[in-house]
Amino acid sequence: MTTSTSLVYLIALPLAGAALLLLGGRRTDKWGHLLATALSASSFGVGVYQLTQMLGRSTEERPVSQKLFDWINVGAFNVDAGLLLDQLSICFVLLITGVGTLIHIYSISYMSHDQDRRRFFAFLNLFIAAMLLLVLGDSYLSLYVGWEGVGLASYLLIGFWNQKPAYATASKKAFVMNRVGDMGLSFAIMIAFATMGTVSFAGVAEQAENTSEAALTGMGIMLLIAAAGKSAQFPLQAWLGDAMAGPTPVSALIHAATMVTAGVYLITRSNFVFDAAPTAQLLVVIVGAITLMFGALIGTAKDDIKKALAASTMSQIGYMILAAGLGPVGYAFAIMHLLTHGFFKAGMFLGAGSVMHGMDDEVNMRKYGALRKFMPITFATFGLGYLAILGVPPFAGFYSKDMIIETAFNAGGVKGIILGSVTLLGAAITAFYMTRVMILTFTGTKRWDENAHPHESPWLMWLPMAILAIGSVSSGFLLSRGDALVNWLHPLFDHHEEHEQHLLEPIVVSGLALTMVAIGIAIAFVKYSRQDVASVAPEDVSVFTKIARQDLMQDRFNETVFMRPGQVLTTTLVATDEVVIDGTVRTVGKIAMGSGSALRGLQNGFVRSYAALILLGAVALVAAIWVVVQ
Amino acid sequence: MDASNYLYISALLFTIGAVGVVVRRNAIVVFMCIELMLNAANLSFVTFSRINGDLNGQVMAFFTMVVAACEVVVGLAIIVTIYRSRRSASVDDASLLKR
Repeated sequence: MTTSTSLVYLIALPLAGAALLLLGGRRTDKWGHLLATALSASSFGVGVYQLTQMLGRSTEERPVSQKLFDWINVGAFNVDAGLLLDQLSICFVLLITGVGTLIHIYSISYMSHDQDRRRFFAFLNLFIAAMLLLVLGDSYLSLYVGWEGVGLASYLLIGFWNQKPAYATASKKAFVMNRVGDMGLSFAIMIAFATMGTVSFAGVAEQAENTSEAALTGMGIMLLIAAAGKSAQFPLQAWLGDAMAGPTPVSALIHAATMVTAGVYLITRSNFVFDAAPTAQLLVVIVGAITLMFGALIGTAKDDIKKALAASTMSQIGYMILAAGLGPVGYAFAIMHLLTHGFFKAGMFLGAGSVMHGMDDEVNMRKYGALRKFMPITFATFGLGYLAILGVPPFAGFYSKDMIIETAFNAGGVKGIILGSVTLLGAAITAFYMTRVMILTFTGTKRWDENAHPHESPWLMWLPMAILAIGSVSSGFLLSRGDALVNWLHPLFDHHEEHEQHLLEPIVVSGLALTMVAIGIAIAFVKYSRQDVASVAPEDVSVFTKIARQDLMQDRFNETVFMRPGQVLTTTLVATDEVVIDGTVRTVGKIAMGSGSALRGLQNGFVRSYAALILLGAVALVAAIWVVVQ
Repeated sequence: MDASNYLYISALLFTIGAVGVVVRRNAIVVFMCIELMLNAANLSFVTFSRINGDLNGQVMAFFTMVVAACEVVVGLAIIVTIYRSRRSASVDDASLLKR
């Protein structure tokens, strides 16, 4: 393995930016955003340099490592703070820094009227640094630090406009639900330490063969919980919709393109655990399948453009998790979909931000309509992202999503048929709700207020959108040309059993997928283009629509199953403390005080009553002795 | 004569003394009742000495007399002092310790 000393700059540059801007305070207001953008871009530069270096080496020599310092050194347990850049992490590094830099550029203009723009850029840089640490750490423990770091950055950015209580609540909700997942990750690390005595990726991979399947299954399930928390997968998905409270660039960067994909990274990175624990792997597939339908169904009912895109994100990450759960054949496709999704979803979110920018921060799509004429560039870039997410050839999603659907069908037996059908159905629903977003926003009649003046965004905003749109168009083709990404990632994943049985030929799968997409588009056209759209959401809708509008009751479920019983538990505990613990103490005190004041009456100052008491005492004593002796 | 009769007399005297201490207010009378109780005790000591056939009880009685004599001196002195300062020899009047 090659060593390098420049890996640390990937993380150090944005981290220094965050520190400088946060500690520098108002003094850095004037140029803070430029510095943050420059540092993010230079981190991207280091990433590109590393990629070129990596391409120049043979396959075995490609992973690069750097030991920073001895971190934990207790007896036989040693953890070095080390970085590892291999074929998998370089994909993430380039995605994070590349999309991250574009979003920095976009934010310069988007946040220009916000007086806290410097703080915003500091948090963005903090996020980039933490996310890079997450993907570069060479052990679960280093990953954990980055994992918590992105959780913090996400919290800070969702609640960036925390003067609005609803936004502050949303950030807390995201943080708390993420903590549930983090607990899973810490348990996974503990299991690894207890059973294998190591927490480094290389160490765990080595030990996985000698470890009992039960331990690996436990670790896999815990890793899955962690992934579910960070990637908004079932059953920890409820925070993502509310996370849209953050500024739109944040939604694009963190809650669509990068942070929420950390779960996919974790599962892919832990392939050696899941490959040896089929039960955990099956659970991964199930979680992915449930979430992809869950998100898609929510997406059909949302009128808030950002929430519709968030539901779509949830669903697309469901695809990735599902692919990652399919084992060695799926990992590369999960990563491929992750990369293409990073382009088109970030592009669409930025497009949504651009629309909001032109519409006075209106997010309700029912108040849009006919914006195509007023925002041609936004329409074009959003439209390219739209075609990409639908999976229309030759756009990016076609390559990545079709591969996932095909792999799902070929998973074998009933499982393959179920998974294949779910992914196909998901594709149809995706086509439906994305077409709905397009129609409601850009076509039809205008439904906005008189005083809204939709206009195209400045070039600083549309330039990143355009670059991402180019990625949405070309990335799928480039990554799958000659199986480029699959071969690139091949050395990392164990391909000992090649699935040779093909349930459906690729061309058949593509045909099926395109048919489903066409059906979805057709339904959306009939429903929203042929008839007028009400500018206020109609109330007399079917019960299914109502449920979908309430995010499939996810909040109510959490409230009923966890929050209310939790409250009952705490109130019971408080009451028990009050009555039993405090009551006992108070009773003891009251007995002492009561008996004291009762006995005080005896001290009346009269000698004769004292004498009488002494006499009575003596008589009682004698009587007692007499009784005993008798 | 049965020695236990002396013990009955002793008990009777002690009871009279004890009742006197509890019910009478005059300090002199209370004081005399105390003397009565002490002498009732002395009678018991002497009787037990007789019953056991040794001199321990008699010796004890002498001790009691000595202590009683001292006590009379101190007690009477206190009573006289109280009477001088308060113009009363009632034990109930001297209940200042309560306050």
